[in-house]
Amino acid sequence: MQRFLLSRIAVLIPTFIGVSIVAFSFIRLLPGDPVQLMSGERVMAPERHAAIMHQLGYDRPIVIQYLDYLWGLLHGDFGTSIVTKRGVVGEFFTLFPATVELSLCAIVIAVALGIPAGVIAAAKRGSWFDQGVMGAALVGYSMPIFWWGLLLIILFSSVLKLTPVSGRIGYEFFFTNGTGFMLIDALASGQKGAFASAVSHLILPSVVLATIPLAVIARQTRSAMLEVLGEDYVRTARAKGLSTYRVIGLHALRNALIPVVTTIGLQVGVLLAGAILTESIFSWPGIGKWMVDSVFRRDYPVVQGGLLLIAMMIMIVNLVVDLLYGVINPRVRAR
Amino acid sequence: MKMMTKLLAASAIALTLGSAASAKTLVYCSEASPEGFDPALYTAGTTFDAASRTVYNRLVEFKHGSTEIEPGLAESWDISDDGKTYTFKLRPGVKFQTTDFFTPTRELNADDVIFSFERQLKSDNPWNKYVNGASWEYADGMGFPDLITSIEKVDDLTVKFTLSRPEAPFMADLAMDFASIMSKEYADKLEADGKTELLNQQPLGTGPFQFVAYQPDAVIRYQANPDYWAGKEKLDNLIFAITTDASVRAQKLQAGECQIMPYPNAADVASMQQNSDLTVLSQEGLNVAYLAYNTKIAPFDKVEVRKALNMAINKQAIVDAVFQGAATVAKNPIPPTMWSYNDAVKDDAYDPDAAKKMLSDAGVENLSMKIWAMPVSRPYMLNARRAAELMQADLQKIGVNAEIVSYEWGEYLSKSKAEDRDGAVMLGWTGDNGDPDNFLDTLLGCDAVGGNNRAQWCDKEFDDLVKKAKQASDQEQRAKFYEQAQVVFKEKAPWLTIDHSKVFMPMRKQVTGFVQDPLGYHRFDGVDIAE
Repeated sequence: MQRFLLSRIAVLIPTFIGVSIVAFSFIRLLPGDPVQLMSGERVMAPERHAAIMHQLGYDRPIVIQYLDYLWGLLHGDFGTSIVTKRGVVGEFFTLFPATVELSLCAIVIAVALGIPAGVIAAAKRGSWFDQGVMGAALVGYSMPIFWWGLLLIILFSSVLKLTPVSGRIGYEFFFTNGTGFMLIDALASGQKGAFASAVSHLILPSVVLATIPLAVIARQTRSAMLEVLGEDYVRTARAKGLSTYRVIGLHALRNALIPVVTTIGLQVGVLLAGAILTESIFSWPGIGKWMVDSVFRRDYPVVQGGLLLIAMMIMIVNLVVDLLYGVINPRVRAR
Repeated sequence: MKMMTKLLAASAIALTLGSAASAKTLVYCSEASPEGFDPALYTAGTTFDAASRTVYNRLVEFKHGSTEIEPGLAESWDISDDGKTYTFKLRPGVKFQTTDFFTPTRELNADDVIFSFERQLKSDNPWNKYVNGASWEYADGMGFPDLITSIEKVDDLTVKFTLSRPEAPFMADLAMDFASIMSKEYADKLEADGKTELLNQQPLGTGPFQFVAYQPDAVIRYQANPDYWAGKEKLDNLIFAITTDASVRAQKLQAGECQIMPYPNAADVASMQQNSDLTVLSQEGLNVAYLAYNTKIAPFDKVEVRKALNMAINKQAIVDAVFQGAATVAKNPIPPTMWSYNDAVKDDAYDPDAAKKMLSDAGVENLSMKIWAMPVSRPYMLNARRAAELMQADLQKIGVNAEIVSYEWGEYLSKSKAEDRDGAVMLGWTGDNGDPDNFLDTLLGCDAVGGNNRAQWCDKEFDDLVKKAKQASDQEQRAKFYEQAQVVFKEKAPWLTIDHSKVFMPMRKQVTGFVQDPLGYHRFDGVDIAE
């Protein structure tokens, strides 16, 4: 197990360097530079433009800039935003809890609904339930998130007045220096109604964000389950006279879950991508929105630092998934 | 222990917020996050709304709802006869805000004024580079380091500015956001604590509202400044709820989650106007959209060709299609709300037949040209692509073959400056300080060729008029020069003037006292909310 863990970690180092190169060069490939965009329609004199580029160090050869950046990274320095002038890591971790909270809720919804739906659909293959679930999954998978979010807002917030339109908590609630996880902070604050308010603000965005992963997980579970249900040992279990519940719940599900767990791990990346749109619609102060704004402003340090930090998070999640894999399937460990 | 005090402080704030049930709170659904809170570092209106118009004051201020100047932190001023020396008498007894992060020990004095400007003007000032990549966008862009030779403290409440040349728009410049007056005492404390960057994160000024907290990308909180020199505001709390999507802002307003919002979608305005819970204010914006020919390149160097193209384009159709009525056709380069607007100027009438004839009289056959369409939506032009397509169709009718080109925004801005640029560029401008100079000289003066002057147009007659207006200090005299300059502009037609867009401000019926600002600020001093 230890060797398995070490080999997984060893792979992370070249991956990290690769990602840092991509993150560094990707934003510089886009035309325009941050200084130019700062002034907008107002034209900046070429000398001033050059002076500010120099001040920021962007007039040096790109390789030198990269090495300098890498040197900073090794010292834990991810740079400072050109726009807000705040440290990238500080900004990231101010906003990251909001994205994590949203993503966790979304993945919980997706797993809690997706796996049972997929299992039942597989068990009742060809039934109206199966057809309905797979039809809904197809629609959910192809749903444009932006439109879907607005639709839910109009229905649940404007017409039915059940949920708030956007934000993380009612504006009457205010606490500083919490964990950044609104549910925890709201509970800890002890303010009456704060927790309920935080929950109600979380419902729509997490449903919207859960939509695509839910569809993917349901489909994946169904097909994995169908495959397993055709296996000899399942037939044997049935022949032994075990109840359907035990056959599916104990014997089949455990093996069917292996590809599903991989899918869930991969969905973390999808969640972050989906978070960009979901956060924009629901004014959710997370890193998705932050990254998009920074790309438009060509805020190099934020884009490259943000990408790196996100990549590190995804690598960690994938590592955890790989380890979980080992727990579920001992053959992986042995290899 | 530190954690404990923080928790205590937080619960204390929560208690005061909770117990003051009758406190008046206004929630404003703002359109974006501020870039920072030091207005001199930035140029975005969003940042100015969040920092300078709430927390800070300036020596002189724009009168609420107008572009006229009124006394601010300076009670009175004196301009020398040669127009080069400005002496300001500061208002006595002005207190800086007392917040949980700073308690001032003295009132406003000349040192604060000198500090606020010198940090932007002198590269050897310790605050000149207090943040990484600090650039004093407006101070530099407007040539302040060359214009201002010295700022002297005459006594505690008297400051003298000496200029290198007479400059009529100077007073209007001083009312702009970058000229906000900061507390030197606060800055000194930050410097002593080694936390200079906080000047851009926890603003402290003399303005109507004081800063409480900013949760990035989510909420900015202010409370009324109890010591405000012009009297405490009627609102107790002001909250900026950052909501970037215009449709979502509209839903929040209708659901009552906020009481006022800027920049609605053009398509949502009609339904909001019919909603009996809402009021929708509207005003012509201080902006212009234009199509700038490259007057240095044949055949666009000929006045007749430019005139003919102008006459071939149906501007009303563009305004109807792109703005659904939320704009007016422009005939002058400055908007009608600005002083010196010359209403006597006659626009080139839409007349394709006459245009065609004019073009052939000028000896131009089978003309092909490029039209540059901006890749982004701007307040003065919501959909440049659509406008360009309409122009293309109109030009086709007189036998001109137009090709539409576009680039990524930053590239668009920089490529369009080139003096040998091929094609006519669509672009626009939103006024900074309400002075006609800020349109006429900035966009059309000879000095701006290769820069803001996208028409690359240098006309001696026009330029002389604008330069004279800049140096005259009497406004009536200046207005005469500008009116004449607009006549010359129309005769020589370096641009197709397209539109001045309208600005809408929807709010709940309970909100009173909000005045739309011609410069596009969103100010909450004087605003009240009915229970």
